[in-house]
Amino acid sequence: MDIIVEKVTKLYGAQKAVDNISFKVNTGEVLGFLGPNGAGKTTTMKAITCFLAPNEGDITVGGLSVRENPEKVKSLIGYLPESNPLYQEMQVVDYLAFVAELQGVPKEQIPGRIREMIKICGLSGEKSKNIRELSKGYKQRVGLAQALIHDPEVLVLDEPTTGLDPNQIAEIRDLIRKIGKEKTVILSSHILAEVEATCDRILIISNGRIVANGTPAELRMRAHGDEILKVKIGGGEPEDIFIALEDLETVRSIAIMDNSPEYFEVHSHENENSARPIFEMCAENNWYIEELTPVETRLEDIFREVTMN
Amino acid sequence: MSKTWTIVRRELQSFFDSLTAYIMLVAFLGFSGFFTWISGNDIFFIGQASLQSFFSIAYWTLFLFIPALTMRQLAEENKTGTLEMLLTKPISDWQIVFGKFLSTLILIVIALFLTFPYYFTVWSLGPIDHGAVILGYVGLILMSSAYISIGLFASSVTNNQIVAFLLALIIGIFFHVIFGVLASSLTGAAGSVFDYLSMSTHFSAISRGVIDSRDIIYFLSIVVMGLMGSEASLAKRNLN
Repeated sequence: MDIIVEKVTKLYGAQKAVDNISFKVNTGEVLGFLGPNGAGKTTTMKAITCFLAPNEGDITVGGLSVRENPEKVKSLIGYLPESNPLYQEMQVVDYLAFVAELQGVPKEQIPGRIREMIKICGLSGEKSKNIRELSKGYKQRVGLAQALIHDPEVLVLDEPTTGLDPNQIAEIRDLIRKIGKEKTVILSSHILAEVEATCDRILIISNGRIVANGTPAELRMRAHGDEILKVKIGGGEPEDIFIALEDLETVRSIAIMDNSPEYFEVHSHENENSARPIFEMCAENNWYIEELTPVETRLEDIFREVTMN
Repeated sequence: MSKTWTIVRRELQSFFDSLTAYIMLVAFLGFSGFFTWISGNDIFFIGQASLQSFFSIAYWTLFLFIPALTMRQLAEENKTGTLEMLLTKPISDWQIVFGKFLSTLILIVIALFLTFPYYFTVWSLGPIDHGAVILGYVGLILMSSAYISIGLFASSVTNNQIVAFLLALIIGIFFHVIFGVLASSLTGAAGSVFDYLSMSTHFSAISRGVIDSRDIIYFLSIVVMGLMGSEASLAKRNLN
C-alpha cells in the first residue's frame, strides 16, 4: 500500500515544523527517516497517522486521503508513537484485546491475534503482568505488539528500538525486515546503523525539509564520489613510500593516519582509481602491499554534511 | 457504537482496578446513609415516608464526588500520551468523549442502584409516593450527567488532574449555588435567567415529582455543551 506525502506543511504557531515536503513510499519498502532532533520526523509521522492534520498539502495512504477518510486510513496503519504510551494499570493481554477491539478486529479472531503477537514479540512470560511492572524493553515490545495486532498494511514506527538491549534490537530489526517484505514500513531513528541495517531507502530531513533521499548506497555515492583507499605498504621507508605515493598521477592527496603511522589514506582524483598505480609502484620499488582497503564513506558523514548547514 | 462500548468497558475496568470505584461507592453510600438515617434532618425527624432527605444529600455528595471521578479521564491520557495512541486508532474524538461520559454515568447509576434498599425500607415504613421517588432518581441521574460532562470538559483542557478537579468544582459551583443565589437577589429578566440556569431550580422541580420538558432541555443542553467542549479541546491539537 503506497503512501504519498504531497507538499505537506505543518505549523506550530509561527514555526514551520514541516516545510512543504513531498515523498512516496512504495509497498514492500522500508523507509528510514533520519534527522537531528526537532527536524520534523515525528511531526510527519503524526500527520501520516492522522493525529495531526497538515496545514497544507495532503497525504494519501493506499489512495485514501487523511483529510477525507481519516478513520479508514487509521485502520490501515499500525503506529508506535515515540513515547510508547501504554495504560500502565492494564495487563498485557487485556491491553492488546482493547487495542484489537478499537482496531475493529472481528471478535472471534482476537484471541488468535493476541496469541500470535505474544509469540512474535516474545511476551509469553509477561502476558498476564501489569504493564507497569514491565522493563522498558518489554514495554517497547508491547508497543510493537499493539501496532501489529490488526495486521496493518502500513507500519509507522517512531524510534522503535530505543531502550532495547542489543539482542532485542537485533530481533526487532529482523522482525521489521520480515514485515517490510510485504508491508509498507516507515521508521524513524537517529541511530544511523539501524537505518542502514533495516531500510531500503533513507530520507534525511532537517529543519522540516528533505535534504537527502535515496538508498544507502546512492547516498554514499552522492556524498563522496571520490575513491579513498587505506594502504599499508611494507619493505621500504615510510618517507620514501609517502613521496612515491604522492607522485602518482591519480592521487589527489595522502594522509597519514593518526593512530597508526604505517597506514596511508589515499584520496584519488574524481573518477580515478588508484589501486593499480599503487600496485605498479610497489612492483617497481620492490615493496609489497600488506593491506589495501577501500574506505566507505560512512553514513554519519553524509548525515552531518547534509544537516549541518 | 461497539467502539464506544470498548472505551466504556476499559474505563469501568480502570475505575474498579484502581479502587476509585470502591472508594466512591463506599463514601457515597456512607455519607448519604449517615445523613439520611442517622444525623440531622433525617427521615425519622421529618416523619414522612419520603426520600426527600436522601435526594437533597445526594444532590451535594454527587456534586463533590463526580469531579473526582472525571478529573483523571482525559487529563491523564493527555499527560501520559495515551491520548495519541487512542486518537490514532479508527475511532472518532466523539466516541472517545462519549465513551468516557457513559462509563462514569454507569458508575453513578450503580451507586444509585445500591441505595434502593433505602427506598424499600421507607416503603415498608409507610405510604410512599412512588412517582416522586422514581423522578427523584431520574433527577439525580440528569444532574450527574450534567456534572460529568462539565468534569470531562475540565479534564480535557488540562493535563493536571488537580487542576481538572478544581476547575470542575468551580464551574459546577456556579450551577449548584451561585446562580441560585443571584436569582434570589435579582429581580426581573436577569433574575429569571439565573433562576433558569440554577441546577437546584430544575432538580427540586423534578424531585418533587413534577417533570417538565424545560428541565430536561436544561440538563441535556449542559451535557451536550460539556461533551462538545471536550471534543473541541481534543480537536484543538490541530489549531494554531
